Amino acid sequence: MIRILKQIIRTGIVTEELPPEVDAEITETGAKLEEAIKKRFRRSLTIRQVDAGSCNGCELEIHAINNPIYNCERFGIHFTASPRFADMLLVTGPVTRNMEIALHRTYNSTPSPKFVVAVGDCGCSGGIFGESYASIGSVDKVIPVDAYIPGCPPTPAAILNGILKAVGER
Amino acid sequence: MSVLIDAITPVLGSDFRRDEGLHPSSIVSYIVSREKFAEASKAMKKAHALLAAEWAADETLFGRGFGIYACYRWGAEYLIIKTEAPLDDANFPSLTKNFLPAYRFERQIHSLMGVTPAGHPDLRPWIKFEDWPEDAWPLRKSFDASKPMPRVFGEYKFVRAEGEGVYEIPVGPVHAGIIEPGHFRFQAVGEDILNLEERLGYVHKGIEKRFESLSWHEGSRLAGRVSGDTTIAHSLAYCMALETMTGCKVPERAQWLRALFLERERIANHLGDLGAICNDAAFAFMLYQMSRLREIMLRTNHKLFGHRFMMDRIIPGGVTVDIDSEGKELILEELRKLLKEFNKLVIIYDENSSLEDRVRDTGILIPDKARDICAVGIVARASGLNLDCRTQNPFPPYDRVEVNVPVLISGDVHARAWVRVEEVRESIRIIRRILETLPSGGISAECGIPSPDASGFSAVEGWRGEIIYWLQAGPDGGINRCMARDPSSVNWLGLEQAVLGNIVPDFPLCNKSFNQSYSGHDL
Repeated sequence: MIRILKQIIRTGIVTEELPPEVDAEITETGAKLEEAIKKRFRRSLTIRQVDAGSCNGCELEIHAINNPIYNCERFGIHFTASPRFADMLLVTGPVTRNMEIALHRTYNSTPSPKFVVAVGDCGCSGGIFGESYASIGSVDKVIPVDAYIPGCPPTPAAILNGILKAVGER
Repeated sequence: MSVLIDAITPVLGSDFRRDEGLHPSSIVSYIVSREKFAEASKAMKKAHALLAAEWAADETLFGRGFGIYACYRWGAEYLIIKTEAPLDDANFPSLTKNFLPAYRFERQIHSLMGVTPAGHPDLRPWIKFEDWPEDAWPLRKSFDASKPMPRVFGEYKFVRAEGEGVYEIPVGPVHAGIIEPGHFRFQAVGEDILNLEERLGYVHKGIEKRFESLSWHEGSRLAGRVSGDTTIAHSLAYCMALETMTGCKVPERAQWLRALFLERERIANHLGDLGAICNDAAFAFMLYQMSRLREIMLRTNHKLFGHRFMMDRIIPGGVTVDIDSEGKELILEELRKLLKEFNKLVIIYDENSSLEDRVRDTGILIPDKARDICAVGIVARASGLNLDCRTQNPFPPYDRVEVNVPVLISGDVHARAWVRVEEVRESIRIIRRILETLPSGGISAECGIPSPDASGFSAVEGWRGEIIYWLQAGPDGGINRCMARDPSSVNWLGLEQAVLGNIVPDFPLCNKSFNQSYSGHDL
């Protein structure tokens, strides 16, 4: 136990100001956003992530926005296990034929009003997998999408920035 | 002398020919009749070989029927046995009697290629869903992959258990966390798991078919996205298979840099896994600490190589990024800090008795079963199987870098975690050695295009385990078939075995300790 406490104290708070490439933008959107999230979502924006066919690359980076360095909870963002509690669906793609029905069901289970954000090149356009017998392609071919975060995979900073922007613009 | 060839020669008699098109020439491939295909597998079983992969290729463009391939491994040796089935009599004898993993390989062949494994006990579709048209065999050349398929009515029959107090829990495909989709069906009595049936295929993107419409060069990009967390190992395996076919000599410096990327990928993933395993045992402290260390590695990757996962940094013929002395210093400094912190965390893991209570004796995959399912990688090494391509089938530079392979026999969650701990330390040592000895010279060479009907084979030890690629060039010189076998294709079977008799709430913990890829399996 002592070791755990020591490690915690030694580590301190590692949460960073966001990296410089997005920092300027994000402090701005972040400030606006905190405002919006406070007002619109009563300090909490709840996200359900749905992997509709991705290679798992985007998931790793979405995981990373939860790590202590990016710490998305400081903006009032957190991930939920059920679409019924969600304000936003964060969907990675390409949407496979085998996931199409599950994605529809998840979308329908999410209470309105809801946001859908497509993450990654594949979610935005189908990416390298394209459209085929097995892959339907971009997320907006299956459910309405409000915002896009391209990248293969997008960096955690880009994902965070994208989410904040999506909420801010609406 | 070769053990596998010695074992198979008496069975085959004179009724075979050698496949001269296969590269590298160190790997032997025999073409046999369909009857001998099954007999050969019996001989392989007797010789204690493992079935590494089984796949089919549509060879109608060469004027042949279907080629069915079985790849066996014994220690450092690989042996490929091929048989052919004509288009109008598309079947071959099933190997399921002798090798358990053939169970899924053959269901996949049956579902996607439309070649029937005669004698297979369970021909329910696999990866192909019940709402696909029955005659949709995407891997056949006659199949038009660009058109969407209509949905038809069908039902998947899960294995049922009945009796007093037996109930069923369906889980997925959309899971509770930020993870890939798949379906698990539990039969349980109280909290005890009687049976677990996996149903995968949700992230089937048609990758193998997609390869056939890409150029050889683009193929390496797609291979890097078979499983996003294993991008280096997959693109490396693809490139190595291609390079053996074209006879491309990869510059030495590029080979060492590839190994550097491979080990960095291993460390980053193991750190993430160790944190996630502890988190599933309600020890969130470790998740945050480990994800912090993982983030440090990914940032160094981004800084030095321009991408956090180093995607597309390996191309046919070499690599796209080099490292200078400043970069070396940066990595050494990063590793010094990382190892120091990591060791502290490992002590905390080791001394935490409530964590120990969860991870020890949970989800045991006993060595015999690991052998039966022909497990590979971390899963195999945690269950007493000493398997590692880096030592047994060393591709350069591993023929010059000593690798110590940790092997544990308890086969529980702790063993799978501890193999990762040891491998992180070992990989740090390997990276230091690589940076010390990194030869000078160019970082890429012209790769060229393989000749028609040539095929190439490679095996690479990714962080999950052995990845196998088999490429075949078509008559026009393009990709006729690309077979990618992620470790997950066999190791998923291990999870079904390991959870038996455990309680349902321990399933996430067991699952995390395996952490197999859905995307790499579904393709």
